Amino acid sequence: MTEAKAEILRRVRAALADGPSAPEPAREYRRSSDKPLDAVLEMLVDRLEDYKAAVHREDLGSVAGRIEQLLGRSSRYVIPNGLDQSWLPRDSAARVRMVDSGHARKAGSLTVRELDAVDAVVTASSVSCAETGTIFLNARPDEGRRAITLVPDHHICVVPVSTVVELVPEAMRRVGPERPITMISGPSATSDIELQRVEGVHGPRRLDVIILDDGDEAPGGDGAGGASGDR
Amino acid sequence: MSVTQLGMPKVFHGSGNIVADEPFPDFARRELKNEQLRANLGFATHTIRSKRASVVGELPDWQELRTAGSEIKQRVMARLPELLEQFEENVTARGGQVHWARDAEEANRIALDLIRAEGAEEIIKIKSMATQETGLNEYLAEHGVGAVETDLAEEIVQMGEDKPSHILVPAIHRNRTEIRDIFLKRMPGVDPGLTDNPPELADASRRHLREKFFRTGVAVSGANFGVADTGTLAVVESEGNGRMCLTLPDTLITFMGIEKLVPTFEDLEVFFQLLPRSSTGERMNPYTSLWSGRTEGDGPQNLHVILLDNGRTAALADEVGRQALHCIRCSACMNVCPVYERAGGHAYGSTYPGPIGAILSPLLTGVEDRSNNSLPYASSLCGACYEACPVKINIPDVLVHLRGKDVDARHGKGEGGRKRRMPDQMDAMMAGAKAAFSNASLLSLAERGLPAGKLAAGRKHRISKLPGVVSGWTQYRDVPEPPAQSFRHWWKKNRQNGTRQRPAGERADVEAMIEANAGLADELHERFAAEAEEQQRAADRAALEAKVEEKEEVQAGVSRELDAGGDGPRDTEAGSTEPERPKPAAEKIARAASEEAGPGSDLSDKGPGRADPEPKGNAPMESEEER
Repeated sequence: MTEAKAEILRRVRAALADGPSAPEPAREYRRSSDKPLDAVLEMLVDRLEDYKAAVHREDLGSVAGRIEQLLGRSSRYVIPNGLDQSWLPRDSAARVRMVDSGHARKAGSLTVRELDAVDAVVTASSVSCAETGTIFLNARPDEGRRAITLVPDHHICVVPVSTVVELVPEAMRRVGPERPITMISGPSATSDIELQRVEGVHGPRRLDVIILDDGDEAPGGDGAGGASGDR
Repeated sequence: MSVTQLGMPKVFHGSGNIVADEPFPDFARRELKNEQLRANLGFATHTIRSKRASVVGELPDWQELRTAGSEIKQRVMARLPELLEQFEENVTARGGQVHWARDAEEANRIALDLIRAEGAEEIIKIKSMATQETGLNEYLAEHGVGAVETDLAEEIVQMGEDKPSHILVPAIHRNRTEIRDIFLKRMPGVDPGLTDNPPELADASRRHLREKFFRTGVAVSGANFGVADTGTLAVVESEGNGRMCLTLPDTLITFMGIEKLVPTFEDLEVFFQLLPRSSTGERMNPYTSLWSGRTEGDGPQNLHVILLDNGRTAALADEVGRQALHCIRCSACMNVCPVYERAGGHAYGSTYPGPIGAILSPLLTGVEDRSNNSLPYASSLCGACYEACPVKINIPDVLVHLRGKDVDARHGKGEGGRKRRMPDQMDAMMAGAKAAFSNASLLSLAERGLPAGKLAAGRKHRISKLPGVVSGWTQYRDVPEPPAQSFRHWWKKNRQNGTRQRPAGERADVEAMIEANAGLADELHERFAAEAEEQQRAADRAALEAKVEEKEEVQAGVSRELDAGGDGPRDTEAGSTEPERPKPAAEKIARAASEEAGPGSDLSDKGPGRADPEPKGNAPMESEEER
């Protein structure tokens, strides 16, 4: 133990000489939703749009067409190696997917410069919280390492219906601390100049969210969906 | 670092940018003249306040979340030693390294050594209160390392060689044109045709910093939360500069105050709801990043956490004040504070402005610190901050507690045996007030002085300058003209005249009253003025006399009274004279004034009503209210 550590711990113990009590915190706040799925989805769309994300409702038959349209005719885009590629449009001469291996130091990963040069990134997501309009990425194979959803200027994020929950506590239970977590609520923004909101500073300036009806059962409570947390 | 012996135990105060360069009142007086700052701050605080109110109103369980937040933080403080060790254990197990810093200097030195070990000459930074507190940027500059702030507002502040004025929107004191000018002057490679359009300014910042993000090998961050049971750190932000710093460099150094812990990963669900809504008034901030040690192939591989004390253990030792450590730095208290809105963040001197700063800074440095001891007075105790606080920190309560500590410190109490200084005007006033308010007949006498106020008010019917220790009150406001008589006197008189209460619902005949009192007002004004003048002269004489006597005989008396606390001199009879007995100075003034004015000049004697007999002895207040 370093000298500084020993001394700080000694100071802390001395400061607590009066033995303050530490009751178990009361968790009387809402921890599971009582809303039907439709209402939760509606809320998610509303909150995402309020924070300037573009939202699209698709099913397994229409998702590739939507992504094709969002990418535009000419596009070099990156995907994580675990992404379900049946969601994607066929590559063409002008539209090419680039698969990132998921490990920055191993072959098959894009450098930061390469990521800066691509037009977009397409990923899945772990869970989305309707009440706050927040998408959670947990660096799973279909979400990729953090850099690929950060450096490209356009993020197309697929949110399967089975991963949508209403409340923050429900969402937090579906991600785990073993890998990095990134919570995204709309595109990057600043209000630093006279409090005027400006969309897009350093993160992706364009965020497209595809809510994908994947045919799974509604999650309702927590921990039920296919993407449940692995803590 | 100062060490203060407060009996037991010894506490170690913090250093760095938490000590004001000058006392709050001096700075605030200057800042009050800064119209631009006041206008910008007024706009910012109003806007954020209403946004906050609307998103807080969306949650049916806001109070339950506040309660949980408060209780979780209480638990953190009570179990801090074990949680700190658990946190270190988990960070280490996941490939990170934890360093401990007793004060600002030590934290900066650790960071510098780590940066040098990487051979870096420049680092990138995420907005962080902890490094602002330790003065890391200045320290690194002195040692040849450049620190680039990447938050837009911090960048503006840094390029403008300025200080943040608000913890959330640090450059709120600058308008868009000023920001454009700063960029044109300081930003390398900036487009000379840059306009003051905010999106264009934000874009200039993006271009400028992008290269820095891609090239720089070392980043320094703060932390909003550290999770003991998983070793997870969380940074809450908006622009994406945080994600850049947390993801692209190979080395990440995180400064974290020891109070920033939460016990479990689950606890984050509470604070991720409380913080954004209280802070920017958003349901959720655009980006939150969480990392637990090192992740192979993803993000920095070289992870350090510097745990910072710097006075936090001193704050923890204060049983009332320790709740200030629950703060999650949302700035809600600032946005609701009327004092902050007018004085601005710079006036508080410290990294931590506003109501929370007014308690946190003196707790970290010790209230004995000469410049910070004025901070607990920088409040009108209106309580808005307590209501807005997402973790229910009772700021007014701590402010009052610290005022008490400050008074004690200045009187040499609490630091063992130092001799108390001479009683001052405030002591005399307080002793006088105590005497008057604990004895109805004395109070009655004191109230006879009210007409003197009329004279002081003059034709404007306002008093714009009070003397002595109370002069501060009239510096920025006027005192309305006092009434000619007190309510107590009025009530007694009217009751004796047989005035009955009007039955409910019956309107007074105002017209008739005006007619009956025709000409009375002028007559009264004239007489009151003459009487007041006489009383004022008497009071001046008495004050002079008291001042002379103060040094010899009064000092001991006042000291005894103040030290004894509790009961005032209940046995003192109004109008009695006991020249041989030492009296508190203020009481002496009041007594002398009433003697000089004498019963003959009592306005109720010759007033339109009849005189009421002077009550003798301890007429209790309650009897005056009897029906």
